[in-house]
Parts: sequence; structure tokens; C-alpha cells
Amino acid sequence: MDILDILRAALQQALGPQAIVFALAAIGLNIHFGYTGLLNFGQAGFVAVGAYGLAVSVVTFGAPFWLGIVMSLVAPLVLAVILGVPTLRLRADYLAIVTIAAAEVLRFVFGSVEMKDTFGGSNGLNGFARPFQQANPYSSGIDLGIISFGRNDLWSLTVGWILVALCCVLVWALMRSPWGRVLRSIREDEDAVRSLGKNVFAYKMQALALGGVIGGLGGMFLALKQASVVPSDYSTLMTFYAFAALLLGGAARVMGPVIGSILFWFLIAGLGSFFSQSAGEGGWIPSVIMTDTQASVIRYIVLGLAIMLLMIFRPQGIFGDRREIAIDGR
Amino acid sequence: MDAEMTEQTSTTGPAGLVGVSTEPGSKKPDPIVVADNITRTFGGLTAVDVDHVEIQRGAITALIGPNGAGKTTFFNLLTGFDQPNSGSWTLDGKSLKGVAPYKVARLGMVRTFQLTKVLAKLTVIENMRLGATGQKGERFWAAPFKFLWGKQEDEVTKKADELLARFLLDKKREDFAGSLSGGQRKLLEMARALMVDPELVMLDEPMAGVNPALKQSLLGHVKSLRDEGRTVLFVEHDMDMVRDISDWVVVMAQGKIVAEGTPESVMADQRVIDAYLGAHHDTDLSELDEERLEAEVEAEIAQEEDAK
Repeated sequence: MDILDILRAALQQALGPQAIVFALAAIGLNIHFGYTGLLNFGQAGFVAVGAYGLAVSVVTFGAPFWLGIVMSLVAPLVLAVILGVPTLRLRADYLAIVTIAAAEVLRFVFGSVEMKDTFGGSNGLNGFARPFQQANPYSSGIDLGIISFGRNDLWSLTVGWILVALCCVLVWALMRSPWGRVLRSIREDEDAVRSLGKNVFAYKMQALALGGVIGGLGGMFLALKQASVVPSDYSTLMTFYAFAALLLGGAARVMGPVIGSILFWFLIAGLGSFFSQSAGEGGWIPSVIMTDTQASVIRYIVLGLAIMLLMIFRPQGIFGDRREIAIDGR
Repeated sequence: MDAEMTEQTSTTGPAGLVGVSTEPGSKKPDPIVVADNITRTFGGLTAVDVDHVEIQRGAITALIGPNGAGKTTFFNLLTGFDQPNSGSWTLDGKSLKGVAPYKVARLGMVRTFQLTKVLAKLTVIENMRLGATGQKGERFWAAPFKFLWGKQEDEVTKKADELLARFLLDKKREDFAGSLSGGQRKLLEMARALMVDPELVMLDEPMAGVNPALKQSLLGHVKSLRDEGRTVLFVEHDMDMVRDISDWVVVMAQGKIVAEGTPESVMADQRVIDAYLGAHHDTDLSELDEERLEAEVEAEIAQEEDAK
């Protein structure tokens, strides 16, 4: 077993593009769930429309690249309004049902045969990311000894982490303001906020839209990095990974979703590498206990267990405030 | 001109209530709230059925009645938290029919809740700051830029601190509101409502679950609201409080207003005693003629059998 190899695999993922996509999705969820208390189970849908907003405008409609970028910001905004108008007046659970359904509907529509001409079917769309790749200022990749990234990845990572940092600054600036205070109050008790003369519906809509657009940024980044969009990327699993990252890092904290996402991918990749080395031929776990194929999924079991233990012993996540969690009830 | 002044002052506030009729729905000299024909049904149950009621400006009006009389429902209807099946009501002459609760609050009618709604995971001072109206920093586009709202935030904080000191909560300033006791939560809720600067304060059972010592200070606070020129309407079960501080009492039973008047006159009112204790509470059941009852019952049974 090669500890260095495990660490290499883990770090590569923790700093890699996947961590960025999920950090952005989780920052959006943090605004929805962590600050405003909106149960959005369809973040994958927002990520997907962000990605498809870019791809469809450029590939299908032949729009210039910059317009594609604008569309990838506008599309999640539109989705937020469409989802929010009927559901934000209702109890929180309804939003959860509607958003998870909407995300699945979107994924099936994007992958459908009937809409193949527009959305590219299950193969998705590609050939829209050239201007992004051409803007790459790096002439070679980077080798940090233990981990290394190629030239294209390095450019993606630079852009991605800058996006994450900008979003964090925005969330920080918003949440220290009276606007953020209204959101946190809505999370605690809508009626109390209403009784003080605040238009709760408008604030919830703003929160849904902002979190959706940040999730859409994650989709845009994924599309640019892969230079393609594929509907199967945007399954409910994406939403739940983003939630896992958020809870791991700590909800309602600016850095919570970012650290959570890094840690989530560090663990996924590290555990994956550890078990694939340990089981099967040459590993120290006999195949009676665990075979090669089982080794590839056991990491999810271990990670699930870890999140369960975290919720029991440190429910506020890594960054959360213990005192805040200790207060229960109204 | 002096005569005019006295004329004016004598119609508002408690003074204006002298000599007002004690019939349900009586006219007040200077009403702030006027409600007509308000009904609200839940399925087959008529929870509220109020023909006419006026609330005097600048006075403390108590709304009392037995459990299930529809007091809280009536409260919810007035403040827009629930919509009536029929009826109209005005605040300062402006119709509030179909107006959203947050707009009702902005018009100057702010309520508290029977089960206190403090924002548990916000600190006491943050709870207070939330109450201030017209905050620039609550607008999305201005929010990220502190220089746009920082000065106003300081003013809001100053006002909040003054109110906290008045309600003896200044020591709890940085504590989470969720860590306060029941009575302190009532105080916080009242103080927070005052951040809105309301003309009419609606308190839903301000004394529920408050210990006797705190009760006295709460009473003082409610009176001070009137002394500031605000109108207070409150729902309460605590008769001591009703007698002590209210200028006018409105009694509800089974959704209707059955009586109103000064605390003294209401407590002596036969309709009020009936509403609380039942109309036949002083009839001795053992004195009823058993034979006559038996005959009545038998006749009823025979009638039912005939119907079959």
C-alpha cells in the first residue's frame, strides 16, 4: 500500500474541478437552506440550466460566446422565478418536492430524443468552449511534486477558484447586511418577520434566485471545463453530494460549503484509492471479505457513515457554531 | 382656540370613552379601527361573526372571552394573517381588506403572538434591529455595500439599545433570543414591535406564562405605550390585568361580541357572566321536577318512533 499514492489521489480531487463545481453548488444551497431555510432539493436543476444555458445558446442558436455566458446566468434566474412563484407561498416541504421534480424533469427533457435537435439528447452538446480554451494564458501545466495539473486544467482551476472566491466575498458581504439578517430571520420564523412589515415572499424569491444563479455558475464552469454538457451529469446525486458537502463544512457559514466540498472530494478520492489498493490482488484484505468490485463502492458506505457520525457528534458541521445548534425551539 | 383644543383631547384616548354606550358595537368618538360584518368559518364552524366594532384611539382596549370565543382568529383577521369570508375593516379610514400582513404592519398596526415568536438563533440585538422599518440595507442591491447603510444601521442600533434598556433586556443584548425565558421573550417581542413605531399595538395574550414579578413590569410597559399616545388592543385571560390597565373591554363569545364597556361595568354584566359560566349556571339541577323531565323524554322518544 502506498500512502503517498492515496494522498496524491485525494489532493488531486480536493483541489480539482469537481470540488469547484460542488463548492459553487453548495454555496448556492447555503443561501437557500443555510441562511433562508428553503429546502431546495433540485440544485442539480439550477446547475444544469446554467450549463445548458451556455451550450444551447452557442451550439444550437449560434450565439456569440459572451451571450452564452450571459444566458447561463439568466437561465437559473428564470428557473428560480418559475419555481418560486407557485411554491414560495406554501410550506417549506412543498418547495422541496417541486424542486426535486423540476430538476428531474429538466434532466429528462435535456436528454430526450424528441428534443435532440435543441439539447443534443443523451450525448449532450459540445464545441462551445473554444473561446474559453483560447483565452488560456498558461503555456504549460504545473507540477507541485505530489500533485500536478495539465495546462487546460490549470486554466480551469484558476478561473474556477476565482469564481468560488468571488461568490464567498459576495455571500459574506450580503450576510452581514440587514438583507442577510432578514433572510436568517425568515429561516427562524416567517410570521414574525411578516408581522414586522417585511415582504417575506420577495426576500425568499431573491434568495432562491441568488442561490440558483450561483449554482448555475457551477454548471457553467463544469461545461467550460469539460467542453461538453451531458444530461447524466445533473442527476439528483449531484444535489445530494452538494448537500453532503454543505453539511460537512457547516451550514450558514461563508466558508462552510467550500471547505465541505474540498473535504468531501478529498475523502471520496482518498477512500477510493485506499480501498482499491487494499482489496483484490496484492491487497491486505482477503477477497472473502471484499472483492475488487466491492472495493469501488465501499467508500460511499464509509463516507455515509462519517456524515452520520458528524451529524450526531458535531451537528453544526466543521465551521458551525455549537451554541447556535444547541438552541432548539421557538 | 383653547376650547377647540380641549374638545379635541377629550374625544381621543380614555377620556373619550366616558359615557359611551355599553351595547355591543357601540360608536366611539375617535375610532382608529372600525370593523363591519366580519365572518370567518372553518368548515361548519363559525369562528368569528362580528357585526360592528370600533376601537378607541389612544386607549387600552382588552378583548376577552372564554376559550374558543374567536379572539385570536379575530386578531389574525384584523392583521391580515388570515382572510375573512366576508366583511370590511379600516385602520385610520384606510381599508385593510385583502391587504398583506406585512403591509398592515407598515401602515402602523403591529402584532405580537400568543406563542411568542422570537428569532431563536439571532441575538437579542439582531432581533431588535430587524424590527426597524425603511432600512436601506434590506434592499438586495444596496446590501453588499456597507457605506450605503452603515450610518442608518448605527441609528437603528441606538434606537434598539434605548428600547432594550427600557424593557430591562440590555444585559441580554448579545445572547441568543432562544436562550431567554418565557417572560423575557414576551418583553423582547413587545420591544421589537415598538421598533416598527406602530400606532396600534396588538398584543395576543401578553401575560401567558409570565411570572407575577415580571407581570407587574409588563403592565407598566403596556401602560407606557398608551402614555406615548399609542393605541393598544390586547387579548387576555388574566382578569387582574384586564381590570388593572384596560380603559375599555370588549367581550367575545362564540365568535360574536356579546358586551363591551369599562372593566367595572363589563364584570357586572349578566351577558358576560352567562358567556363565561353558562346561562343556567345558578339553576340547581336537583330542584328540577324529575317526573316532568321523564314525561318530556318519553314524549320525545315516542315522537322519534313515529317518525320512523
